[in-house]
Amino acid sequence: MSTITENDRNDMSSKLGMWLFLFTEMLIFGCLFIVYSIYRYRNSTAFHLAAQELSVFIGTINTIILLCSSCTIAMSVTAIRKKDKKMALMLLGITIFFGLCFLTNKYFEWGSHLREHIYPGSKLLALRGQGDVLFYGLYFFMTGLHALHIIIGLVFISIVTYSILKDRINSENYVLLENSGLYWHLVDLIWIFLFPLFYLIT
Amino acid sequence: MIDQESIQEPSYLEYKGKHKGIFAWILSTDHKRIGMLYLFSILTMFSIGATIGLLMKFELIAPGKTIMGPQTYNAFFTLHGIIMIFTVVIPGLPAVFGNFLLPLMIGAKDVAFPRLNLLSWYFYVTGVSLVIISQFTGQGPPDTGWTFYAPYSFRTAGNMLPAVFGAFVLGFSSVLTGLNFLVTIHRMRAPGMTWLRMPLFPWTLYATGWVQLLATPIIGITLLLVAAERILHIGFFDPTLGGDPLLYQHLFWTYSHPAVYIMILPAMGAISEIISTFSHKVIFGYKFMIASVVAIAFVGYFVWGHHMFTSGMSGTALYSFSLLTFLVAIPSAVKVFNWIATMYKGSIDLQTPFYWAIAFIFVFMIGGFSGLILGSLATNIHLHATHFVLAHFHFIVFGGTGFAFFGAMHYWYPKITGRMYDSKWANTGLLLFFVGFITLYGPMFYLGMKGMPRRYYDYDEIFHAGNIVSSIGSWVLYSGAAIIIINLFYSLKTGSRAQADPWGGKTLEWTIQSPPPVENFKEQPVITKGPYSYI
Repeated sequence: MSTITENDRNDMSSKLGMWLFLFTEMLIFGCLFIVYSIYRYRNSTAFHLAAQELSVFIGTINTIILLCSSCTIAMSVTAIRKKDKKMALMLLGITIFFGLCFLTNKYFEWGSHLREHIYPGSKLLALRGQGDVLFYGLYFFMTGLHALHIIIGLVFISIVTYSILKDRINSENYVLLENSGLYWHLVDLIWIFLFPLFYLIT
Repeated sequence: MIDQESIQEPSYLEYKGKHKGIFAWILSTDHKRIGMLYLFSILTMFSIGATIGLLMKFELIAPGKTIMGPQTYNAFFTLHGIIMIFTVVIPGLPAVFGNFLLPLMIGAKDVAFPRLNLLSWYFYVTGVSLVIISQFTGQGPPDTGWTFYAPYSFRTAGNMLPAVFGAFVLGFSSVLTGLNFLVTIHRMRAPGMTWLRMPLFPWTLYATGWVQLLATPIIGITLLLVAAERILHIGFFDPTLGGDPLLYQHLFWTYSHPAVYIMILPAMGAISEIISTFSHKVIFGYKFMIASVVAIAFVGYFVWGHHMFTSGMSGTALYSFSLLTFLVAIPSAVKVFNWIATMYKGSIDLQTPFYWAIAFIFVFMIGGFSGLILGSLATNIHLHATHFVLAHFHFIVFGGTGFAFFGAMHYWYPKITGRMYDSKWANTGLLLFFVGFITLYGPMFYLGMKGMPRRYYDYDEIFHAGNIVSSIGSWVLYSGAAIIIINLFYSLKTGSRAQADPWGGKTLEWTIQSPPPVENFKEQPVITKGPYSYI
């Protein structure tokens, strides 16, 4: 059933809805941060040693990649406001490219752990003690959940890009692009917390 | 108020959209039709859950095995809990009456995101299906209780994964409904409807929306962790891998206690509407009512520890949680006093919804007082995990939310269906329901104090007498509920046509025809005074 309401557009409402949704995402990761801090407090030495095994280099590269991609998606909003469709599409393309780069790095990073038989449930990890089990459990779970958010974000941005191609998103109606930007910033922000927690604090 | 009855528009029930038959309902984005979808789904789940409860009470009529063994009993109380908590009382009032009435009461055409609203219902159906699938696949149904306590929840052979995912998806549905309502209330109130001119039911939905939004993600991630524990053995809650099962309990109750306020706050809102309408009097202490709703929602976040008094927490934590638990009683009592004060010198019209409201106050008070007994540390040690807890919790959740749900159904029935129900049968049903309720749950207080634990299919001979009374009560309660529901269905066909405002209510939903037209308001209402404007 279609009613008039369905065609009503209210950008403020959409953005408010997106912000509220982001609160729930923050709580999901906030809950994991609490779990992390409790186990870090209880196994500080093991966490300290395990964190040194992660590659700070790849982590830093990925942080830079995500920060740049946040920048490009923000620029694409400005571009669409200025009616520069081509520029907006290019900037979104770069954002998607950065996102894929991040995932590729993550793939190699995870791959190297798996080759060393370090993953939740592995016998080798169990031998190394409870602190390592918890550290890598948290590492895989939290970066995995974050990677899932990256994938969802990429799908979201691809849909937005397609809509721009079809002129459904234009300088008059770009709230969906803004919302995808908000989501992408959140994913970026969560990584800004994950990076020091796992790679830098040793 | 404008009289719109002279020209009848096609109601939302008669409206012909682009879809036919059942698709006109399950693909509809009209908030009223979605409310009805929820109503029928929830009534179905309620019937299943109630029947399981009836069977469990039959098992407890005598010591030893009566009709089922221990494993079946474990599966039954788990399923009863999951169904009643996650699929009946949490979505109950917000999803049914909130969906139907929120836009009507604030003078809007629909909720802010109609399609998201329909999606929430599909999440609900998916969650329910997953819970049902868990019963018939794998190595037997889940047997952990609705709390999924670690480490048993990832060690049992029972089929936990679908049940856990089901609860996760139901949480999604709840979050999206809350989000939708928050945006609707912020952005779509009619011109002139300031925050302090908004009726109390929307106010309680607003507070509930925040609780849904800010508490549900915690259970979402916690259930995902349990699933990961089962599949990947990550060890967060597994003591053999260094994890801490107590952490699970903390995370679980961080959601599941505020969830109680998701259940009870809209119930309080509906009761406020009913009491004001049938006393023909402005609600006493309107601002205090709002403040108490917000206070309950806020303090409700910080009391989860009272579910864990015997689990092993520091003394400081115990005292703090106990104190905070007592604090919740203050705004709750403010509400009860204000309801009573609203009736004082009112011109009371004794109709079925009003009887429900009075019954609600009665059982809610018993539930609340027994909550204080459980909230104090010393008595809690004695009563923890006994039938006393069971009685308290059913007095609040079934007595509170359930009575308010049926009260709301009888109050808004004419608006929703356009028909009046047979009030003689409705009152008979209520009487049986009430007597059955007290007979069923009353003896549990006594049994609990005597030391009968919950969640056992068997008990010692000394508990026999109380259990017989309780089981007989379950039959009375069940027949009362059956009469109520059958009467409401029967009246759909036979009831007389309802006026726009059969009870003399003053909130916006009574200014439009019954049942409401598709677009709700012919012209945008403009609000110039507060709700409940009785002279």
